[in-house]
Order: sequence, then C-alpha cells, then structure tokens
Amino acid sequence: MVAVHSRLDRLASRTLGGHLLLALGAAVLLLLLSTQIGAYDNYNLTAVAIFAVAAAGLNLLTGLNGQLSLGHGALMAIGAYTASLLLKDHELPVVLVLLLSVLSTGLIGIVFGYAAARLRGPYLAGATLTLAVALPQVATRYKSIFGGESGLTVPPTTPPAWLGPDFPPERWLAWIAVAAVVVTFVLLANLLRSSAGRAFRAVRDNEAAAALAGIDVARTQVLAFVISAACAGLAGALFAYWSGVTAPAGFGVTLSLQLVTAIVIGGLGSLAGAVWGSLVLVFVPSLTSGMASTLNVPSAIANNLPLAIYGGILVIAMLVAPHGIQGTLTRILTIGRARWGHTPAGGQKGVVDWDDPASDP
Amino acid sequence: MKSLMDGSASRIRGIAIVCAAGLLAACGNPSSSNNTSGTNTASAPGITATTITIGSTQPLTGPAAPGYSEIAPASNAYFQYLNAHGGIFGRKITYQYLDDGYNPTNTASQTRKLILETKVFAMFSSLGTPTHLAVVDYINSEKVPDLFVSSGCNCWNDVSKYPNTFGWQPDYTIEGKILGQYITQSLSGKKVGYFYQNDEFGLDGVKGLDAQLGASSIASRQNYVPTNTNVGPQIAALQASGAQVVVSFTIPAFTALALLTAAKLGYHPIWVVSNVGSDITTLTGLLKAFSKGAAGGQLLGGMVTDAYLPLVGDSSNPWITLFKGIHDQYISTLPWDGNVLYGMAQAYTLAQAFKAAGRNPTRSSFVKSLESTKLSNGPALAPFGYSSSNHLGVLGVQVATIGADGTETTTGPVYTSSDSGPISQYGGSASSPPANGIP
Repeated sequence: MVAVHSRLDRLASRTLGGHLLLALGAAVLLLLLSTQIGAYDNYNLTAVAIFAVAAAGLNLLTGLNGQLSLGHGALMAIGAYTASLLLKDHELPVVLVLLLSVLSTGLIGIVFGYAAARLRGPYLAGATLTLAVALPQVATRYKSIFGGESGLTVPPTTPPAWLGPDFPPERWLAWIAVAAVVVTFVLLANLLRSSAGRAFRAVRDNEAAAALAGIDVARTQVLAFVISAACAGLAGALFAYWSGVTAPAGFGVTLSLQLVTAIVIGGLGSLAGAVWGSLVLVFVPSLTSGMASTLNVPSAIANNLPLAIYGGILVIAMLVAPHGIQGTLTRILTIGRARWGHTPAGGQKGVVDWDDPASDP
Repeated sequence: MKSLMDGSASRIRGIAIVCAAGLLAACGNPSSSNNTSGTNTASAPGITATTITIGSTQPLTGPAAPGYSEIAPASNAYFQYLNAHGGIFGRKITYQYLDDGYNPTNTASQTRKLILETKVFAMFSSLGTPTHLAVVDYINSEKVPDLFVSSGCNCWNDVSKYPNTFGWQPDYTIEGKILGQYITQSLSGKKVGYFYQNDEFGLDGVKGLDAQLGASSIASRQNYVPTNTNVGPQIAALQASGAQVVVSFTIPAFTALALLTAAKLGYHPIWVVSNVGSDITTLTGLLKAFSKGAAGGQLLGGMVTDAYLPLVGDSSNPWITLFKGIHDQYISTLPWDGNVLYGMAQAYTLAQAFKAAGRNPTRSSFVKSLESTKLSNGPALAPFGYSSSNHLGVLGVQVATIGADGTETTTGPVYTSSDSGPISQYGGSASSPPANGIP
C-alpha cells in the first residue's frame, strides 16, 4: 500500500485525460491500419477486438478480483443471443443493439454475481462451468425462439452511406469493434484506478483484511462480476455481427476455456494482457493448422494436429513465461531500466502495479 | 576475364528474356480477343490461365466426421485424376477444404477465409445443414457460386433469396416421400415411429414422410441433437409406443447409436434409414467402435434405405469401376464406401458444369450456364432439377435393402418427385462414363 501511495502523483497524471489521449492514439492507429489491410485481415482484426473486450472483462474478474469464471463463453452467448433476437425482426442501429446486449448480460450477471460471491475456489469454478455447459442446451431446448443447433442468423451491418458505396463491410465492422474495445478499455482503466479498482485488488489479496478495512467484500465481488459480464455481453453482441450466426456450438465450454487461456497467456490482471491473449487466440490456431497441413501425415492425425500443437504451444508458453506475455515484457523492461539506471523514483522491489503481476507476492 | 564473361552472359540472358516476353505478348494478343475458344484468361476471381481454385467447409473432426470426413479427400482424388488427364480447358482444379468440426460458428469463419483470403472461384460441396445455413446468406451476398451443398435440405432451393446456391443430392423431403411410399406399399399395417435430427435435415425428412403416411398415424416422434450422444430415452420411448418400423433421419454416428441402444433394450423394429445415415462400411466401423467390438454389421441386416447413385458394392457398374480405380490410385488409405463414391460423383458433376460453362467463365456466367444446361449422363440415377427457377439437385431415389450378409440391393424402380408434386416413376436409362473418365 505504501508503494502505491508513493506513486499516486504519477498515477494521477495518467488517469482520465491520459487514458483518453492514449485511447485516441490507439483508435486512430487501428483505423489507419484497417484501411491498409485486406478484407480478411480486417475480419481477423475484428476477432482480436472482440476477444480483447471479453478477455479484459474476465481479467478484471479473475486477475484483479480473484474470482475464476469458466462460464464467460455462456455470458458471451447471452449477449450474442440478445443481439440476434433483437435483429431477427427489426433493423436497429448497432449502438442500440450493443447497449441492450450489455444491459441484458449485465442483469444476468447480477444474478450469477450474487451466487458467485458466496462461492470460493473450485466451487466457484464448478458453478460457472455449469453455466457454460447448461446454457447452450437452452438454445436447443427452445428451438422456436433460439433456432436450435442451426441458431439464428444475423444480418450484416451495412456501412453508412457517407462512407461511399464500395466501403468494405469487413472494415466497417472492424471500426465498430475497435471503437468498442477502446471505449471498454478507457472505462476499465479508469475504474481500476478508482477506489472500486483498489477494493477489487484488496478483496483478491485478502478478504479478511479488506473487510477489516471497511470494504463490503460481497458487494465488491458482485460488482466485479457484473462489470465482467457486461464486457462479455458486449463481446457476444459483436461476435454475433462478426460471425453472422449465433449457434449453441459456437459458445461451448471451449470458448470459456479459451478466454481463460487468453488471460493466463496474455498476463493475469492487466488490460494489455487481454490484448496479447486475444492475438494468440486468433492467430495461433491458423498458424498451427498451416503447420499441420505442411506435414505429410494420415488425415486422422492431420485433422487433430492443430489442436495438439496449439496445446503444446500453451504448455511451453506457461513454462517459459509463467506470468504471461505482459508479465514477461514488464519484467524485461524492469531489468532493462535497472541496468541502464532509469529506475523510476520509488520503483523499489515489491511495487504492486496492476499492470505488473510479476511482482505480486 | 571471368567476370567480364559473366557480365556479358547475364546481359545476353536479359535480352533473351525481353525478346521472349515480347514474343509471348505478340502471340497472346490476337487470340485473346476471342474468349470462347483459344486462350485461357483470368476470367474471374479464383480462375487463372492455368488453375481454378474452389473451396469447401467439411467436418474433418467432430460429431459428423465419421464417414463424412472422407468426402472431400474423395472429391480431391477425382480432381487429381482430372488434372493428370489434362484438366478442364487445360486448367487444373485446386481444391481447398477446411475443417469446421460441424460447428456453424467455425463454418462462418472458415468460409470467410476461403472467400476473402484464398479468393476461391466458388464454394463446392460444403457439408451440413446447420453449418451451411450459417453462411448461405453471406456467400450469396458476395455473389460467389455455392455449388452442390452436401446436404439435402430443401433450403438450398430458393432461387430468389439464394440465386447462387445449388443443391446436389435429393432433398430430404423427396427422400422422405419416396421412403414413406415404400412403407405404405411394402410395410403396410405396421406401426411407424420416427427418430430424426432436430434441425432442417430431420424436419424436412419428416415433412415428406408425413405427406405419405399421414401425420396422425405416427406412433411416436423422437428427435436428437448431435451434441448429445445419449439416445436411450428416445429409443425407449419408441419401444414403448410399439412402433414396428422406425424411420431414421440421422447422421451415421446417430444411426449407430440408435441401433446399439435398441439392441441393448431388446427392441428390433424394421429400420428405415435415410441415405445419409446408412452407409454400410461407415456404420459397421462405428458399431464396432461404439460397442468395443461386441456388435458390428450384423445389426444392419434387414435395414431399408435408398440410393441415388450406383450401389457402392456393384462392381459391374462402369461408374463404380471408374471411381474405385481412382480411389485405389489416389486415396487407397481410405475405405471404399458410400462417402468416397459421393465425393467423387460430386466432383464429376462439377467437372461437367465447368465443361458446360465454357473456356473463360465468370461467376455469373457459370451460374447461368448451370441453370440452362442439363448436366445429363452423370453417375446419378435420376436427373438434376437445375433451371432458372429451380436449384434442386437429383430429383429422385431408388429404395434399397440391406441383407443379413451386409450386401445392399436396390428394389423397385427409380422414383422422382419434387417438394410438393406427386411421385412418379423415372423412365430414363442408366448412363455410362466416357472411356477416359472425364466429361
């Protein structure tokens, strides 16, 4: 805590105004990037943005508040189905669809948040896993509403007329997703540097100590769950637009586990980690399927090889970089600063920076 | 001295290249004005002077993989054979098929990869009803030909909504009608129950069956979803209803599960299984695998199914000779079964379609050609329904039975129908492939 206080001055200059500037810069860079790349790259950029929103939300819950969720794929499904049902019979503006999806998932997040706040460790993991397993079955059970296994098709978002008739729809969707990820990150970054963010971390590190310090532990945990669910809902709604179909098979247990993988590989407890993790989720599988297809092996092996290589890469990554990509980068930076004599004032060992899980005790 | 030689040699080589390029340009120019004969041009995305690239999404892994994962390699084997024998108008076919695991969300991303990144000329043989429904809007909005979907859903026959999509196999409603007719004629008086996949695949089949059998006469209707492999409750309900005939619109894994569950319950109805779920080799393998060797092909004896291609075991049929030969040459590690035959027959139809579309087709001229040319003399037992108002595939089937020894025999004539029209007997005769096996 002392270390945190000693850096407060520096942090103050980096809150809202700083975040907005950083976000604006990132948004402009990404929009410029989207005009330079092809349709399929824009499609992948959208995927990275979507996973980044969901992973950032999960990272807030798991990395910062210490609650493990194996059910975030199901929360994404709630957002995706909300969007798909809204768009089934009506043409609605994208912003409205996204907001309503955030709202519906957030509401369901309150219900699950209250249940989750009473559970610890494996029990919490088990309860959220139940959500991931059970929820897709609802879609097949109530086929007339949710479309069963085939799911609901989602009409694509058409670029507004002022962008011209030949504006690629993939780029338009990438813009929407980039806007969503930037807004989410600004809001989360500010939240994390507020008293709520400090309460999240205090509860994660020691519930008894947090309670003694006057923090309502259960309320903090529910709040973290709701915010996290809202992010998943936003990601889910974007996913519906991106995929063009919302079907139960797309939101299976695998998706929930992928999101956990993303934050662990990317770096627990950091927003940047969510981005790294999303990049891994989107690009490593296509890399491994490329590797598998160049090997000349029987088809039964070749078909399953991408997943095996993917798993292998994850295992190696965890052995080499147990704090994830962001943790490793931070460590390299810290070592570099120490060597070249640029240690920031008060940057002693044991500083708890939410962007620096490596130095967590 | 040496370096001087090298320099002059490379200069001479350079001049030679420039001359050759000039010559080529000179040769190329006059004939390129005429697109119907002579020179190949890059007439459409995915078509170059020497290649045609097509794409597909297939269940190479996942619940539908057993059996169906052989279809795309089989099509590819036929394309390799075709390429080795001169290709189509000198172009070689490159076939890129990606795994979607029978998961519509994966189908959506893999299809965009093929269209946006690989830039295929057409989608071909993409497999599955729930999977392809996820992308049919997108493929049509991109105006990419969507050829010969590997699914008998009648959703592909919607010319105004999906002008670029074409079915290939008989649609499940036609199949259901003809199977229903067989039941009323040959199994009359028996109580009938249904077991079907709870999506357009199963429901279309049921629509056709109900049209023949009468919806009210059905003893029990049970369904399943491919993600839940426990079919015990459904089979028990069929048994309890006293159904003596069970019509099964199932994918192979679920035909096998149903047969095994019924055998375990001591329930022995007459199984009437739609074509897609009745391949003997696939089912025998699955029955053995699921029962850990305790059961096998003997459970298939007495099964009724239908066929729209020559029977895979009919070695006297010239189509079977041709395709079996290609199988033995290119994909001998795969079993010779109905899935391989299916993939090759589809590939043959595509070759016919490319031949009919002329030397330098565009995407729209290709679709036009497919609507106006009758692709006759192919391996199918009944004609295709393609026209400017109809994108149905093969219009009919022939009922077949599986004997106790595991051999399949056709019975009765080939019947044709449409989704709403009457059933009629097909009078055409069977065709033979050309000597070199290329249309």
